[in-house]
Amino acid sequence: MKLPFSAVLGIFLTSSFLFMAVFAQFLAPYSISDPSGGVWEGPSATHWLGTDTIGRDIFSRLIYGGQITIFVALASSTLAFSLGAFLGFMAAVKGGWVEQVMSRLVDLVMAIPSLIVALVILSVLPLNLTVLILVIGLLDSTRVYRLSRAVAMDIAVMDYVEAAKLRGERQTWIIFREILPNALSPLVAEFGLRFIFAVLFISTLSFLGLGIQPPLTDWGGMVKENKDGLVYGKSAALMPALAIAALAISVNLVADWILSRTSSLKGGRGG
Amino acid sequence: MHPVLKLVVQRIALGLILLLAVSAVIFLGIEALPGDTAQAILGQGATEVSLANLREKLGLNEPAITRYFAWLWAALHGDLGVALTNGIDISTAIGQRFGNTLFLASCAAAIAVPLAIILGLVAARYNGRWPDKLISGITLTTISLPEFVAAYFVIFLLTQVFPIFQPVAMVFPGMTFWERLHAVALPVIVLVMVVLAHMMRMTRAAILNVMQSAYIETAELKGLSPMQVIWKHAFPNAIAPIVSVVILNLAYLVVGVVVVEVVFSYNALGQYLVDHVTKRDLPVVQAVGMIFAAVYIGLNILADVITIIANPRLRHPK
Amino acid sequence: MTDQLSTMASMVAKGAMTRRDFNARAAAMGAGSVLASSFLATAARAEEPVKGGTLICGMQGGESTNSLDPALAASDVPFMINSTWGEFLVDVDRGELKMRLAEEVSSNADATEWKFKMRSGVEYHDGRTVTADDVVATLTRHTGDDAQSGAQGIVKGITAMKAEGDMVTLTLESGNADLPFLMADYHLLIQPGGGMDNPAAGIGAGAYKIVSNEPGVRTVFEKHANYWDSATGHADMVEVLSINDNTARTAALQSGQVHMMNRVDPKIAALLAGVGSVTIERAAGPGHYVFIMRCDAAPFDNNDLRMALKLGINRAEMVDKILGGMGSPGNDFPINAAYPMFDATIPQREYDAAAAAEFYKKSGHDGSPIVLQVAPGAFPGAVDAANLFVASANAAGIPLTLKLEPDDGYWSNVWNVAPFCASYWGGRPVQDQMYSTAYLSTADWNDTAFRDPAFDALMIQARGELDVAKRTAIYSQMANTLRDTGGLILPMFNDWVEARANTVGGWIANPAGSLMDGKALRACWLTA
Repeated sequence: MKLPFSAVLGIFLTSSFLFMAVFAQFLAPYSISDPSGGVWEGPSATHWLGTDTIGRDIFSRLIYGGQITIFVALASSTLAFSLGAFLGFMAAVKGGWVEQVMSRLVDLVMAIPSLIVALVILSVLPLNLTVLILVIGLLDSTRVYRLSRAVAMDIAVMDYVEAAKLRGERQTWIIFREILPNALSPLVAEFGLRFIFAVLFISTLSFLGLGIQPPLTDWGGMVKENKDGLVYGKSAALMPALAIAALAISVNLVADWILSRTSSLKGGRGG
Repeated sequence: MHPVLKLVVQRIALGLILLLAVSAVIFLGIEALPGDTAQAILGQGATEVSLANLREKLGLNEPAITRYFAWLWAALHGDLGVALTNGIDISTAIGQRFGNTLFLASCAAAIAVPLAIILGLVAARYNGRWPDKLISGITLTTISLPEFVAAYFVIFLLTQVFPIFQPVAMVFPGMTFWERLHAVALPVIVLVMVVLAHMMRMTRAAILNVMQSAYIETAELKGLSPMQVIWKHAFPNAIAPIVSVVILNLAYLVVGVVVVEVVFSYNALGQYLVDHVTKRDLPVVQAVGMIFAAVYIGLNILADVITIIANPRLRHPK
Repeated sequence: MTDQLSTMASMVAKGAMTRRDFNARAAAMGAGSVLASSFLATAARAEEPVKGGTLICGMQGGESTNSLDPALAASDVPFMINSTWGEFLVDVDRGELKMRLAEEVSSNADATEWKFKMRSGVEYHDGRTVTADDVVATLTRHTGDDAQSGAQGIVKGITAMKAEGDMVTLTLESGNADLPFLMADYHLLIQPGGGMDNPAAGIGAGAYKIVSNEPGVRTVFEKHANYWDSATGHADMVEVLSINDNTARTAALQSGQVHMMNRVDPKIAALLAGVGSVTIERAAGPGHYVFIMRCDAAPFDNNDLRMALKLGINRAEMVDKILGGMGSPGNDFPINAAYPMFDATIPQREYDAAAAAEFYKKSGHDGSPIVLQVAPGAFPGAVDAANLFVASANAAGIPLTLKLEPDDGYWSNVWNVAPFCASYWGGRPVQDQMYSTAYLSTADWNDTAFRDPAFDALMIQARGELDVAKRTAIYSQMANTLRDTGGLILPMFNDWVEARANTVGGWIANPAGSLMDGKALRACWLTA
């Protein structure tokens, strides 16, 4: 099968971002925390993307920040997926009160806006990466649960699943052998979307001061640090903003391509 | 009772129970935070005496469970109490701010929903050709921008470069409708950018899904133009997933716009809630949390009901 | 010379220079008094207040939890709002006492009894007349045992209050030469009936009367028609808007949606000044950022270790990086030139890694990590400042490390509890009040646990001392004691950095508080 151009571009950009994240320590020309120039210098030969609010090299911080952003987003969406998809399938297969209880619990969590929940929890717990990943992952798993349950329910009423049930197969067998393979494609696409929402969510939390803490940084935090210069035409805040958008778009392109081979599209921006 | 009606009644009843559970969860959640309201109010200026005085006055010495049921009882009678921090009647404060929340959400929805659906239809009509690619590309960009980035971008562009709008979007009683519209223009633009893509993409996907059906081919063979086929045959059959994603986004516009409110200093519920979360003003957090939860649960019931009605397999279970 | 004269004249008109100073400087420049006074007259005409219009102020720090009860005011926005609708007994203007509702203040010889004569015929917004009884009732409300007032500690030394006719008499436990200054505390707005029945009614005798108040959003005022003081209250209407986002607030100022704003981020001050239609206003105030060690907790009970840390902090770097140059280095005592009777001759303490290392060695510390607890909200830039401190201390061989705490609960769980943490002080109008709030052995807020009976005695002595020269000497001695033995590390005093549109007239920098010490709305006017 021939890949469309957008998918090639998406895969290329996504892998570049991943490469950059993995090898940040070798790629960044300057340190993450030490000033190496004047305040808010424009792009130059020494500072490719200019300097930030206290004279640190933006290109280097962008690379380190990308590492943190991608790592946290990846870890939390992986957590959200393993948990949400498993429970979602389980609910669809078991049905009855198990499904009711789980679905209502998920409704309960989803009924409270996740940003508010995150703000409340993060204002109390110590702010470190583990806590951040757990909070984002758990909150997001409710949305994954919903999608996987819906997808699995459509599959569960298919004749081949009925047949498997009649054959007397165990439920784990049904989940992993019948439902998972058939639900994989929308779930992979959903993983891409969830990853993006996690990136946006971390950025938003950092923007509100409850995300990644100094001396580490992430792209949302970098936008926050430099945003005041925007109004005066200082481009410093634009770089991390563009990075967020570029990452989101490239992952989206990949997800779109996977999705175009299926017909289902669900899940929304974190509410 | 008709099975669908029974399902609907069931969902509504479950929704109410859920709402009750949410109120308890919020209460316990706030209760679990370190520090207390008295400390949060007095901040650095707290002394033992003033803390004790304030706690006594606020009734914080009562056990949590007593306070919860007292609150619940009053709330059922329509009395949300007064804010612990400044003694202002919560129902009054919330009433106005909830109105502002709805105003902002309606303005954004009034633009975003029709626009998303039209763009989705156009994109589906020209599937794979340049209009589709252009629309998809633009919406992909807007969904990829964090809200605050979009917000600062429009502030820069529309208050500094082209001074058309105001960076501060507060609305007040006594403003005319047009003044209000002018005031909220920037947050509305940002919110439209944020929710447009999701709805448009869903519309496009749902239509394309239906387009593969046999009856569409029949319609095409009848000689109808592609737009007529989409509008008359595909759209009505794709309505369920579209409605459900629209409703999800409406819920987001009501409960999820804290950041936009903060950036534009818009005086609605989100900002109000955040202020009171940090001060642990329980009655206010309870009340606002309940409103958000009620909106969310109500809209979800609606989405569920539409899904049930639209899906023959679920409507007639084996 | 004429250029200089006209600059000076406009300074007089703005109040930045006294008339007497002007005459002295003009004479020194060789200008005849006729020439000099003609400049004064021109400047005064140019600065004539313009009446009318709506003056709008955009502020950070407003929350929907704010109250109009002056007793509960604790941040910039309620402070500004209250100063606009309320009136004080007296005012402190750049270290000088100004009469407001009181017309005259006098005391007995040992400063234990103070008499305030009330101005007659001053009206509240609701038409009632301000009486001496209201003053006593107001003070009673703030000092009462069940009060939750922020002024409780400030006026607790008053043992008896009496209102007779238009005279208020306050009797003190012990002499206090600063008592009138304490009456200018921002909580002590005079309210009808002391505000006993409804403390948050927002009815006072100030220049402006509240039309509508939505906490954390907007407060609208209109001119109090029967306001007693024609020298203030120029605009017809004034508004306070809470705009907490820095970018939106600056954008609002630039686009003319507001006319003045507080808390300009030092980083963008230069950029904002470059806009052209906006003027940056700075005032070197008494507010300061601190790292506090509790003198009674190990290892900070060792003065050599305290000295090592005091010498291991790079103050110049902090002023530069944390305040963007908009401030001045501190000297480990909480007083600067913003206070009357400040001793400017005390040498500035500098970063000295060698001396710090020596003190550290002398302290015999076992080399285990010294933990500094800090939250982002301890003061703006607290975490960055703490990181700089750690770096400079480590360079001197001191094993300082950082522990991040959440903002939430910081003031109850860490500050005044942990042995070493970051904090801030807004400063007080007079030295006595600053010292008695935080450095007296028995003070509630003695957050450095600094207990020195000799220091306490000096403070009490200064308080009752009406001779300025003697008082200055005592304060100098106290400053040196605290600087060399206290638990306070004071790296920097932060300036107020604010901005106004060029169309705002009448702005006079006042370092005592934000936005001309809360008086900007009633003192300024719109020229266009």
